[in-house]
Amino acid sequence: MTRNSKFLSISSLFGFIFLYAPILSLIIYSFNKSKLVTVWGGWSVKWYAELFNNQQIIDAAIVSLKVAFITATLSVVLGVLAGYVLSRMGKFPGKLIVSGWISAPLIMPEVITGLSLLLLFVSLENLIGWPAGRGITTIIIAHTTFCMAYVAVIVQSRLSQMDDSLEEAAMDLGAKPHSLFFLITLPIISPAIISGWLLAFTMSLDDLVIASFVSGPGNSTLPMVIFSKIRLGVSPEVNALATIMILIVAIGVVSAMWQMRKKEKTL
Amino acid sequence: MTQETTMPLWKQDGAKPFIQIKNVTKKFGEFTAVDNVSLDIYENELFCLLGGSGSGKSTLLRILAGFEELTSGQVLIDGVDMANIEPWNRPINMMFQSYALFPHMTVAKNIAFGLKRDNVPKKEIAERVAEMLTMMQIEAFADRKPDQLSGGQRQRVALARSLIKRPKLLLLDEPLGALDKKLREETQFELVNIQDKLGVTFVVVTHDQEEAMTLATRIGVMGNGIITQVDEPRDVYEYPSSRFVAEFVGSINLFEGRIYEDEVEHVKIKSKEAGCNFFVNHGVSCSPNQKVTVAIRPEKMKVTRRKPEQEYNCLHGQIIDIAYMGNLSIFRVKLKSDVIVRVTLPNLVRENRNPLTWDDFVYLAWDDDSSVVLTS
Repeated sequence: MTRNSKFLSISSLFGFIFLYAPILSLIIYSFNKSKLVTVWGGWSVKWYAELFNNQQIIDAAIVSLKVAFITATLSVVLGVLAGYVLSRMGKFPGKLIVSGWISAPLIMPEVITGLSLLLLFVSLENLIGWPAGRGITTIIIAHTTFCMAYVAVIVQSRLSQMDDSLEEAAMDLGAKPHSLFFLITLPIISPAIISGWLLAFTMSLDDLVIASFVSGPGNSTLPMVIFSKIRLGVSPEVNALATIMILIVAIGVVSAMWQMRKKEKTL
Repeated sequence: MTQETTMPLWKQDGAKPFIQIKNVTKKFGEFTAVDNVSLDIYENELFCLLGGSGSGKSTLLRILAGFEELTSGQVLIDGVDMANIEPWNRPINMMFQSYALFPHMTVAKNIAFGLKRDNVPKKEIAERVAEMLTMMQIEAFADRKPDQLSGGQRQRVALARSLIKRPKLLLLDEPLGALDKKLREETQFELVNIQDKLGVTFVVVTHDQEEAMTLATRIGVMGNGIITQVDEPRDVYEYPSSRFVAEFVGSINLFEGRIYEDEVEHVKIKSKEAGCNFFVNHGVSCSPNQKVTVAIRPEKMKVTRRKPEQEYNCLHGQIIDIAYMGNLSIFRVKLKSDVIVRVTLPNLVRENRNPLTWDDFVYLAWDDDSSVVLTS
C-alpha cells in the first residue's frame, strides 16, 4: 500500500512537471529584466508596463474578449437548445445522425473547420452580400459553431442525469411547458450552463487556427497578434502577455470545474 | 371511521363512479403495457393498484395523470373526458415515487409551487402553505432545501405539495416505497387519516400487498397489463378469483385436482398431488371432470400428530423445515407426492412442552369453508 502510493505520488509529480514546467518557466521569464529572452537579468515588471502601452496588443485583447464574450453567450443559447432537444425529444428518426452532427465539431481538425467556414463566408458574401467582408462577426460565427457543440454535450449530460419526474411533477402542479423550462429545467441545469459558458469563453480566447482563417484585416485576435510577433522573434513582452492569458484561462477552467463539482453534489 | 354506516358506493346500484376507465389500452411499440382495462373508482375511495413490476400499474396511473397518451379507450374523471386535457389542466395531482422535489427550491417554495402557477393571491398562498406545513408537521423545515431532509421528511413534503391545490383526485406512485419498515407502518395509517380528513379520492400504485391491504378500500390486482380482480382487501385475500391473484397476494398452497362431484352447494375434488379428496362448500360452475386448482392459505390449516376424524381435506406429511418468526412459525411439510406445503401456526404460548419438530409426521386438516376452488 505505502510503496504503491509512493509510486503514484512520484509518477504524478513527473506528470505535473512535464505539463507545467514550460508554463512555469514562461511565467518566470515574463518577470525578466533583460531584453534578451533567454538571458536572466534579474526581476522586473517592466514588460507588463510596456505591454499596456502597446496599442496593437490592447486592441487585439479587446477584440478577443469581445469575441469570446459574445461567442460564449451565443453558444450557451444554441447549445442549451440543442442539448435539450437531444435529451428530451425521445426517439425520433435520425436522432443518431443529429447527435453525431452535434459532436462532429469537437473532433473536426480546426484547419478543416476554419477553411470550410471561410469558403462558406466567401460564397455567402457573393450570393447574398452578408457577411460583408470578414471581421469580428465572422470570427464570432466561426467560434460559436464549435463552442456550442461543447455546451450542447455538457447540457445534454446534465439533463440526462436529471430525474424526468421533476418536469412531470411541475406539469402536474400546473406549469405549462414554457414556464416549466424556465422555472425548473433551467435552474437545475444552471451549473452546466455556467460551466459551458466559461468553457466556450476560454476556448474562443484560445483559438488561433480558426480565427486566422475567418478574420479580416484590422480585426486580429490576441492569439493571432502573439503568433505574428513570435515570427519576428520572441520578445519578453509576449511572455508577459502569455502569463496574463494563462491566468485568465486558468480562472475560467477552474471555475468551470468548480461549477461541475457543485452540480454533482446537488444531484 | 365515518359517521354514516351506509353501504360503500361501489356496492350501491347506480352510484356514479368518479373515475371511469373504459377499455383503455396503451402500447409502447409492440409491447402492450395496459391491455383493454375497464375500471370504475368512486368518490372518497382509497383505491390500490397492486401488481409486480411490469404489470402496467404505473402506466395506468400515468394515463390518469395525463403523461401517457392512450392507444385506445377513454378516461372520464367526474364525467369529463380527459382525452384532450393536458396534465397541467387536470384536477389531479400526483405524488411521485422519487418524490420529485425541486432541488433548487426550499420546502415552502416547493409546496407553494402549484398555487403560484394558478396565480393565487400571495397572502392566500402563504396561509395555505403554513396550514399544510402544520398539518404535515414539517413547519421546522420550511426553509430547508430537499437535500437537507431525511426520507420521511421528503415524503411529507411531497405529499404536502401534491395536496396543496386541493385536488379532487390524488395519485400516489409507491408512496411508501422509499421508507424503512417502521416508518412505513406509521405513515400508512397517517395516509389513511389524511385521506379521510380531506375527502380526496386516492389512487395508490404499489407492489407491496401488505401496504395495499392496510391502505385500500378496494384493491385492483394487475398483471400483464390486465386487472384480474377488483375487490375489498379481505375478499382479494379470502376469495382470490384466479391462480395469479392467489399466488400474488399472500402465500398460498395450490393443489391440482379433478372435480368428481359437483352440486349446487358443494364440490368434491380428487387430487393425486395431495393424496386426499377435497370437499369445498361452494359450487363451481364448470364442466364435469374439469381440472381445477384448490387453494388453501397456510394459516387456515390445523396441524395434529394424530389423524383427525374427517374424510376430506386432510393431508399427511413430514416436517422438513421450521422457521421461527416470533409471532408465528412457518412449517414446510413434505407430502408423499413430494409436494411441499406451507403451514403457519401462531405461537400462542411461550414454552411448548411438546413442540413440533423436524422429521415429525403430521396431519394437516381444514374446514370445508376454508379453501377456494380456482378454475383459471
